[in-house]
Amino acid sequence: MSIAQTHDTRSSAGSAVLSGVQKLAKSFAVILTTLLGLLILTFVIGRMVPADPVIAVIGDQADQATYDRVYEQMGLDRPLYEQFATYLGNVARLDFGQSNVTKNAVSSDLARVFPATLELATLATIIGAVFGIPLGIISAVRKGTWVDHIARIVGLLGHSTPIFWLGTIVILIFYAKFGLIPGSGRIDVFNEGLVEGPTHSLLIDAVIAGEWGVFFDVLHHVLAPALILGYAAMAYLSRMSRSFMLEQLRQEYILTAKAKGLGQRAIIWRHAFRNIRVQLLTIVALAYCGLLDGTVLIETVFAWPGLGQYLTSALFFADMNAVLGSVLLIGIISIAINLLSDIVYRFLDPRTR
Amino acid sequence: MLDNQNILSIENMSVQFPALSGSVKAVRNVSFRVGREKVGIIGESGSGKSTTGRAIMQLQPPGAVVTADKMQFEDIDLLGASEQQMRNIRGSRISMILQDPKYSLNPVMTVGEQIAETVILHERVSRREARARTVAMLERVNIRNPERVYALYPHEVSGGMGQRIMISMMLISSPSLIIADEPTSALDVTVRQQVLSILDDLVTERNIGLIFISHDLNLVRSFCDRVIIMYAGRIVETIDAENLEHATHPYTRGLLNALPSLEHPRDRLEVLKRDPLWLET
Repeated sequence: MSIAQTHDTRSSAGSAVLSGVQKLAKSFAVILTTLLGLLILTFVIGRMVPADPVIAVIGDQADQATYDRVYEQMGLDRPLYEQFATYLGNVARLDFGQSNVTKNAVSSDLARVFPATLELATLATIIGAVFGIPLGIISAVRKGTWVDHIARIVGLLGHSTPIFWLGTIVILIFYAKFGLIPGSGRIDVFNEGLVEGPTHSLLIDAVIAGEWGVFFDVLHHVLAPALILGYAAMAYLSRMSRSFMLEQLRQEYILTAKAKGLGQRAIIWRHAFRNIRVQLLTIVALAYCGLLDGTVLIETVFAWPGLGQYLTSALFFADMNAVLGSVLLIGIISIAINLLSDIVYRFLDPRTR
Repeated sequence: MLDNQNILSIENMSVQFPALSGSVKAVRNVSFRVGREKVGIIGESGSGKSTTGRAIMQLQPPGAVVTADKMQFEDIDLLGASEQQMRNIRGSRISMILQDPKYSLNPVMTVGEQIAETVILHERVSRREARARTVAMLERVNIRNPERVYALYPHEVSGGMGQRIMISMMLISSPSLIIADEPTSALDVTVRQQVLSILDDLVTERNIGLIFISHDLNLVRSFCDRVIIMYAGRIVETIDAENLEHATHPYTRGLLNALPSLEHPRDRLEVLKRDPLWLET
């Protein structure tokens, strides 16, 4: 019996590269649009809040003449589109204005507080992913057994316990009662300023400088807040990975893998896990974004000198430059993380190439 | 090519699923033998044909219970085999071809990797040798330029090619029994014949047994040597494919009469009348 050979068409390598470039250009266009939207939003909010920027600068005791002069100086008499253009120009030069509270440039304030939040959020994300993902997968594989039940209870507790409450309780027990952890801050007073490194992450800088005493001091400080945030992230990540895994284990290709004679480990890690990597990456990136801007509560409880605390105090003092600068920074970081995970997708899932 | 040597003999096999009220029997006391031949299992949805195929490989869904007086595959008692023994059998001595390559191939592994995996698993060969074997196997199922296809992902191949890849994956370790669960139902009619003839060639050339699960009477009649007709978890009739016209069981007759035929045009096709008595025989 003769069988016709199959002719299959496939784009040449050249056009494949072209479509890759096109995709990249498309995602950059999306990013630019998002960024512009973000800038418009922060600009409009800055103009709409009832806090008067002039009074914020000169105080409410100044006379009308001074007020008018500063009003003009700040360009508030110019048309809105002109103000927006000025705003764009300033942002492009990383000039977010001056903070009325700290009297520093907002950009230098952000450069100081953001690394603290970045360090905390990164550690928490790592803790959450390292424990949460395997927990969710084991829970899915052993669905319905006591392992699954315990994992789900742990996850549910983490999901439903308010972080500020947990933080307070941890401080109450481990700091106030047993004195096992430092209660607040990033570093002991006598270690402050000992390491000034290139990364502004105290942990990494201390390692670079070889200051192990400082390193362990910083680790000691970061441990409790990072574990609490990490536990919340773990709860979310384990619940999600469990349901992703369950979904994959129902797929037909799992039956194929079994029919081939593969053992359970190969089926789970080589076949099912490879299929949930993209989803896992998405939720880890989401959790990371959430932790970067959502550490306000834990930063307040542990007096962590980070972005969350800076932003909240700026809000309390109607320090609009600081608020808008922080919001913009958070927005840019979110966009960057999304872009990064978009790029990694292409490596993990052949269908998106 | 037909000889009487049995590869598989099943006696009184039942498969039960636990349900809220007692249990549901999906397969009820079926007995059959498969030699070096092509045996079709035919029946409507829910008649237990796929469940039968999976039970042979001990791949029933969790919770399902398989009982039988005897399940003998060559020198192995499938009933008493441990999970480890079954893993050594699956893919190397009994294989299964599933319906739709769109779902039955892993979307994020190259097809070559997936085929080579079977050889590496069962024959402990090196990666290089597994690759060479895979390429040769792809050539055997009439895939042109197998080196290139090796590196493709399932979404990059057509349905017909996907099913030939599935066949390669399942036959590369030379099993003596293949269970094909509706292997052509998801394919276009035009490529169906291609895939069938490749399967036919391989089964004949290697002189192995094939269980062909289908709901397509005409296909099974032309492709298989013998036909087992299942209804509601039971085997109602076993008949040589060429004698299918002379089937005696009213269910089989009903199915045959419900088929349109070009040679004998009829105004009205018969509607199957189900007899509750069939459930009890």
